[in-house]
Amino acid sequence: MKFPISVTLNGRRYQREVEPRQLLVHLIRDLGGVTGTKIGCDTSQCGACTVLLDGVAVKSCTALSVQVDGASITTIEGLAVDGQLHPLQEAFWNKHGLQCGYCTPGMILAAHELLRTNPQPSDEQIRHGLEGNMCRCTGYQNIVRAVREAAAMRRKG
Amino acid sequence: MSTRVFGSGIRRREDPRLITGAATYTDDYTLPGMVHMVLLRSPHAHARIKRIDISRAKAAPGVVAAFTGSDIEGALNPMPCAWLVPNSNLKVAPYPCIAKDVVRYVGDIVAAVVAETPYQAADALDLITVDYQPLPAVIDPEKAKQPGAPQIHSGVENNVAFHWTVTGGDVDGAFKKADVIIKERIVQQRLIPNAMEPRSTLAHWSGASGELTLWNTTQNPHIARFLCSVVTGVPEDKLRVIATEVGGGFGSKIPAYPADFITVFCAKKLNRPVKWTESRRENFQGTTHGRDHVQDVELAATKDGKVLGVKATSYSGMGAYLSTAAPGIPTILHGLMLSGPYDIAAIKEDVYGIYSNGTPVEAYRGAGRPEATFILERMIDKLAAKLRMDPVDVRMKNFIPKFENGHTVPTGLSYDSGDYAGALKKLVEHVGYKDLRRQQAEDRKKGRYLGVGVSTYVEICGLGPSQVAGAVGFQGGLWESAIVRFHPTGKVNVFIGANPHGQGEETTFAQIVADEVGVDVNDVKIVHGDTQTTPMGWGTYGSRTTAVGGAALVMATRKIKEKAKVIAAHLLEAAVEDMDYKDGKFFVKGSPDKAKTIQDIALMANVAWNMPAGVEAGLEASSFYDPPNFTYPFGAHLAVVELDPETGQIDVRRYVAVDDCGPQINPVIVEGQVHGGVVQGIGQALWEGAVYDENGQLLTGSMLDYALPRADRLPDMEVLSTVTPSPHHPIGVKGIGEAGTIASTAAVYNAVIDALSPFGVETIRMPVTPERAFNAIQEAKAGRR
Repeated sequence: MKFPISVTLNGRRYQREVEPRQLLVHLIRDLGGVTGTKIGCDTSQCGACTVLLDGVAVKSCTALSVQVDGASITTIEGLAVDGQLHPLQEAFWNKHGLQCGYCTPGMILAAHELLRTNPQPSDEQIRHGLEGNMCRCTGYQNIVRAVREAAAMRRKG
Repeated sequence: MSTRVFGSGIRRREDPRLITGAATYTDDYTLPGMVHMVLLRSPHAHARIKRIDISRAKAAPGVVAAFTGSDIEGALNPMPCAWLVPNSNLKVAPYPCIAKDVVRYVGDIVAAVVAETPYQAADALDLITVDYQPLPAVIDPEKAKQPGAPQIHSGVENNVAFHWTVTGGDVDGAFKKADVIIKERIVQQRLIPNAMEPRSTLAHWSGASGELTLWNTTQNPHIARFLCSVVTGVPEDKLRVIATEVGGGFGSKIPAYPADFITVFCAKKLNRPVKWTESRRENFQGTTHGRDHVQDVELAATKDGKVLGVKATSYSGMGAYLSTAAPGIPTILHGLMLSGPYDIAAIKEDVYGIYSNGTPVEAYRGAGRPEATFILERMIDKLAAKLRMDPVDVRMKNFIPKFENGHTVPTGLSYDSGDYAGALKKLVEHVGYKDLRRQQAEDRKKGRYLGVGVSTYVEICGLGPSQVAGAVGFQGGLWESAIVRFHPTGKVNVFIGANPHGQGEETTFAQIVADEVGVDVNDVKIVHGDTQTTPMGWGTYGSRTTAVGGAALVMATRKIKEKAKVIAAHLLEAAVEDMDYKDGKFFVKGSPDKAKTIQDIALMANVAWNMPAGVEAGLEASSFYDPPNFTYPFGAHLAVVELDPETGQIDVRRYVAVDDCGPQINPVIVEGQVHGGVVQGIGQALWEGAVYDENGQLLTGSMLDYALPRADRLPDMEVLSTVTPSPHHPIGVKGIGEAGTIASTAAVYNAVIDALSPFGVETIRMPVTPERAFNAIQEAKAGRR
């Protein structure tokens, strides 16, 4: 049995018939060839699939497509506006906050959530805020630096 | 161009696509008509397959096909092993892509299902019935060698895949004249690499032309093509492997895998594109593991701390089958490095490669060298404790003195250059080592238990001279290649055979080229990861991409410059020998104002309107660089940990690294490599380890159960360096990818033992979890240790 849903992805509206068991991350990766959202595990540990659901970060492997009917989703592809990188993207680039890049979309969106709820976090708060996102390449240190820089950019306006 | 871009920490050129979600990894590709494959894997570590029934799966909605081990017979050759270590009585047991009669580890493949959607394929998998007759299983490599242990392959007595020895110097003599002999059992636990991108393969077969395109998560697409050809029979010239974006590897994406070739088999059978992507659970079971050595080590020394000899016996787990490079790791990449940075006259190691009912073992970041470093660094600390000397002093006493052009060690290797004392000196000065020890002593009186651990290392990387590769049984060469191509507009494409997957060579290689030929770094694009467009190369592992591929690049640019000089002389109506070159400009000596730029020459070479007689059109050069020797980066690391004796909790409070990888092309990228490497090594010391139960079930089979390092458990690291160029490399660089991992496990472990020492704990198994530390303290208190 399939259910009709309507969802806005990065500002564009889609209507689909989905199985009730379909994971949100699979829906997102099937819509319009937008594959920046990654799948890194099957136990909701790694955070690679983090997206913004009505502005709030969720691991899209822990939500079902049917649950997001009517919602608005932002993925990594929707973060830059008119080709202008989001300060977090800019900061990850500046601070070498990524290597293989696979965890990066989820990491950036998790950092987005952190700064949304705590605009000026301490290093310890950054580390705590990102503990649900795994990176195997960077050892996290440059990710912390990047989030710190993004927070500073925001402070300067 | 007058400023060198070599040495500057410019932002990475690969990042814009990665931070915007535009990068396409294997699983991101969808082809018209594509179907999805899933694999049924054995739930038993060792069992006989009595019967397998796929009929219900075949009839399930959306299912296109299903296959078992019988179906692939004759179509897929057995998996090859590509490192046939000589003089070791190596027994390569048959490794079928799909098990037909016996399964040998939890994760062994027994069937494949292909369906229109991944969900339908997964549903159908549940409809396959397999009758297994469970057999006894064994995981521990030492136990697997005991008489009476379960026999994993027929004809492989006591499960011994090989027995290899290395000796250098008079070992018996060294132990005879020793004042002290230190003994230790070291267990290098099994680790699970966990690259963040799961493995994936997309096979596109064109039946009409007999051509295969394979998108594949591999660190070495050219080796993948070669091995795919061997197993599937598709000729190499009709086989294209694409791995332009790979999400980390750490060794686990070196080998060829059965799953990749089953995907090809299905694509050929169905004449439709077939994609397979492993789940993380599958990754834990079916993608290669690392380490898994049980070692008995002895060290002989004088009473004033001079090390005379080291000998070891190592039982190295191979898992159920020999993975592509597995036999070379505990032998060539390990045993030959057993004297490390120290002047030790005599060494001996017996290495037994042992089949077990575990997942096949492969290279994992450092591959053999972290284990060699750990042996030495652990034993040196034990010696220091025994002699009541400071661990730093014992190291200083035993280092090979500074050398700039070659030093031969007892195993026969000739290190290129090193200043081991210099690195350690820089480390102790930076941390204020004496004050740190004083602080530690004072804190202890107040009941705060800090531990300080030091580790020094030298690693063999830049693999390596192909003649040596052949001599040590590697079934390939180890050179690298590069093509440098100038376009008419003066822009440059560089095609390389190696395949960076996070290490940043799209940036660092552009930096090299920019300086060598005098163009802007933004005018150079590095192309890798597609066997159709790139020249043959052996891949990215063993910290070799910059050390070998970077050298190929330099040699190619030098050929470009030679040709450009001839064209410039012609255009300036001068003799070639009168020409001079500086920063991308060619001019007659003494007349730099009348110069031809490299861009001028590129244009002329491409239009070829006015070329010197006998000079071909185009401005392009290639190089196949076979290094004359390995490179030997080195360094010294220090960790400070804090132990809570009430809970056994251990936290890393400080970490300092001094690494010497020669001149640094991009220090920001070097620092990033050190960060990541150090954290993987810390993971081994404190958190990570594969746990199997007595039946061979993998208990740490998900990210819930296997403790990967997380952001909130780590301190900021302090990263320093010294610079000792390699004398044989065209630009002196050595490699940095694995250094952090090689050094950090031993540094943290030594710090942990230092913190536990007041409680009488002298040894403890890794990972040193709170439970283990707590129990060790209690046992020591009760006098049971």
